Amino acid sequence: MIDSLYIAWRYVSYNWVRSLTLVACITLIAVLPLSLELLLDESERQLLSRAESTPLVVGAKGSSLDLVMSSLYFGKTLPELISMADAERVIKTGLAQPLPLYVRFKARGAPVVGATLDYFDFRGLHIAQGRNLALLGECVLGARVAENFGLNPGDALLSSPESLFDLAGVYPLKMQVVGILEPAHSADDLAVFVDLKTAWIIQGLVHGHEELVNVTDPTLVMDRSNGNVTATAKLTHYTQITPENIDSFHFHGDPADYPITAVIALPYDDKSSAILRGRFVAGEQPRQIEVPGEVIEGLLANIFRIKSVLDAVILVVGLATVLALVLVFALSLRLRQREIQTIFKLGCSRLTIARFLGAEIVIILAASALLTLLLLGVVERYDEPLVRTLFIR
Amino acid sequence: MIQIHGLNFTYPGGTFHLQIPNFQVQRGEKLAVIGPSGSGKTTLLNLVSGIVTPELGEIEAAGTTVSALSDAERRDFRIRNIGFVFQDFELLDYLNVLDNILHPYRISRALRLDSGVRERAALLAGQMDIGDKLKRRTDDLSQGEKQRVAICRALLPGPRLLLADEATGNLDPRNKGRILDLLFDAVDAHGATLLAVTHDHELLPRFDRVVDFADFQQTAAA
Repeated sequence: MIDSLYIAWRYVSYNWVRSLTLVACITLIAVLPLSLELLLDESERQLLSRAESTPLVVGAKGSSLDLVMSSLYFGKTLPELISMADAERVIKTGLAQPLPLYVRFKARGAPVVGATLDYFDFRGLHIAQGRNLALLGECVLGARVAENFGLNPGDALLSSPESLFDLAGVYPLKMQVVGILEPAHSADDLAVFVDLKTAWIIQGLVHGHEELVNVTDPTLVMDRSNGNVTATAKLTHYTQITPENIDSFHFHGDPADYPITAVIALPYDDKSSAILRGRFVAGEQPRQIEVPGEVIEGLLANIFRIKSVLDAVILVVGLATVLALVLVFALSLRLRQREIQTIFKLGCSRLTIARFLGAEIVIILAASALLTLLLLGVVERYDEPLVRTLFIR
Repeated sequence: MIQIHGLNFTYPGGTFHLQIPNFQVQRGEKLAVIGPSGSGKTTLLNLVSGIVTPELGEIEAAGTTVSALSDAERRDFRIRNIGFVFQDFELLDYLNVLDNILHPYRISRALRLDSGVRERAALLAGQMDIGDKLKRRTDDLSQGEKQRVAICRALLPGPRLLLADEATGNLDPRNKGRILDLLFDAVDAHGATLLAVTHDHELLPRFDRVVDFADFQQTAAA
């Protein structure tokens, strides 16, 4: 057997282009369905575990999927905005605890999640390094974000402008990293958490600047009347919150009108959940209240329907590949007829000849299996970020 | 060394029929077999080596009645007793020179490959002036060198009978003479017998005896 393998190995390595092509074909056809299976299992795990632990989500009417994906997985699609008044409305029902979320901005590509400290308790997020949010302009990083960006408590992180072409837009805010979260193996690992007010600062709704009453530069003041001072556009807003300027930050308008993307509602019991859902359905406000588990199950049902079609396609392609491989081996056998005839003349039995050819197939299949395992290992190692990149955006 | 009596052979389908009433080759003899194409020269080699079997008659080679052996016994007989040298060398391009020479040991359990065999292979290659090319691919060799590798492969198991089928057919005149010298030297050194099919009449005077296959009765069916 060792001789068969040796001769087969010599043949396979001499005809390396053919061999590599065969290995690549077999590997691809094996890796594709298996890695898809792995990724779908992981996506199901990620999506369902988080969805099932989130009882209700309130948001603007529109795509329930966009709302859930934004609120639970901080997806890229921004749902219609609601306001803090909606969170107040949940409180007033006395049926649930509201967790307002504002998931709109990004910092170096990572979603900036404006939330209250209750969110950390709700998700069971713990600080691994540093401390939790305490002051305006501070941020706490998910474990993966901190690792990817190489940031530690004490470092700074700039928010990204919403649009590169918005020249009149708000300047990026230089946030102070005060804490790193323990890995949660969820979307929280990839997020930058800030207080809601800090999120509004990023938007420019809350801002800080030089005290206008004391301003002496006439080019900074447009009008002074009845104790009111109107500044010109030359007045610059602070882009970093420091102990010296923190007191200058202030709201304009009614904080109840300030925007958020969703409210996670935590009903006190099943009855409260049912009543709350009923009230939002019957309400006049253009709001929706969704059970994330149901939305995600609907999404998964669609994914698995698509997967079954994909499985059928892969099966057909696999079958075609196997036929092509059989053809390649058959043609190879025909090309080697003279060689086979020669070794038969020398005294080799037909069984030994079959063993040589079998050893070649074994080597090709073993190399393919090894490569398949290697690739599946890589997919399994990176399935979490892969799922986030491919399925949860 | 070879004795054939009352041989009758027909290829499957009856396209070719060969009759050899009596044919003998002495031990150590260097015999050339000539004859027109299709006269059955190569068939003779196949019959003597047991690759094909006759319907009638008896073939005895190297003290064994080949025609009475089973398939497996004929294979063992062939690899132990017969060395083949082909016109197109029939070397394996995916093996290096040494592996080509050792090939018979890897394709049959009748021969055992050990360090002694490897040493003998290297020695034989040295005698054939290809000792420095053992690790080379056969693609890189000249025609003459390829035929030397083929001769080494044929001689290594120590055959008692060397069958050469147009062994010099693909060589230039200078190489023809040298290869024939090597073959003759090897046959003498190993105490073997040479049965060589050839079309090259210039080489015939160097053989001990020449048999013209036109003397035997062949029938080529339409």
